[in-house]
Amino acid sequence: MFRPALRSSLLLARGHPNVFGPSRIAARLLSQEACSQIQNAVDANPVVLFMKGTPDHPECGFSRAAIQILGLQQVPPEKLKTYNVLTDAELRNGIKEFSEWPTIPQLYVNGEFIGGCDILISMHQSGDLETLLENAQVIPKVEGDAVPVQAAV
Amino acid sequence: MATATPVSQPGPLENAIRSKLTAQFAPIKLEISNDSWQHRHHAPMRAQGSDGTGETHFSVSIVSAVFQSKTTMQRHRLIYATLKEELDGGLHSLSLQTKTEEELVLAEARNGQSS
Repeated sequence: MFRPALRSSLLLARGHPNVFGPSRIAARLLSQEACSQIQNAVDANPVVLFMKGTPDHPECGFSRAAIQILGLQQVPPEKLKTYNVLTDAELRNGIKEFSEWPTIPQLYVNGEFIGGCDILISMHQSGDLETLLENAQVIPKVEGDAVPVQAAV
Repeated sequence: MATATPVSQPGPLENAIRSKLTAQFAPIKLEISNDSWQHRHHAPMRAQGSDGTGETHFSVSIVSAVFQSKTTMQRHRLIYATLKEELDGGLHSLSLQTKTEEELVLAEARNGQSS
């Protein structure tokens, strides 16, 4: 449902490039409509991951790492929505512009862009990701201070 | 068949990454590793030839005072902005480690390393 709608709006934007003026087009290809559809998508679920492949079949090591970390954090499946950018070229390019971030995967929590794979890994190791997910009420709070992963090993 | 090894001579893209990051961040430490050969099955790699000599996947470890009081995301955005041309071209993946000198010292102390 999301995918065809996004595609048509992006095609529309390309078909009428003079709507926004040349300088705007150079800076941003993403139409308002496509932009608001991605915004709706990231707002519709507590945790949204734009990735290559699916959680069961990640098609890139960085996307695999991202999904594994969300699994380690025990993010409940019903709170996680993933989008496979490999099956949707418009989304793949659109999300990069939307986030102003050039690589995949990209993680959103409660509509807020958290970062890519490197940021996810370092936040996971420092304990910041757990805190963030707790505060976002994605995972239940654990009593006591969060122990950084490195210190716990 | 499995004879591909890491590229030993820096290619033009690696040199561009190095010179741009050096100019922009005056890094105390800058390590660039071309991991492309590990991804030679990827479509973007195959487009550059399947012998593992392409330049698509890089890891960058950079230590710079510019990162002082910036979040990791802000640091990554700075690097992405600096390498926009490369990312819009053939650079497919960029794994980043961004630290200040103080953070590097702390990290090395934690890992029990000396350098």
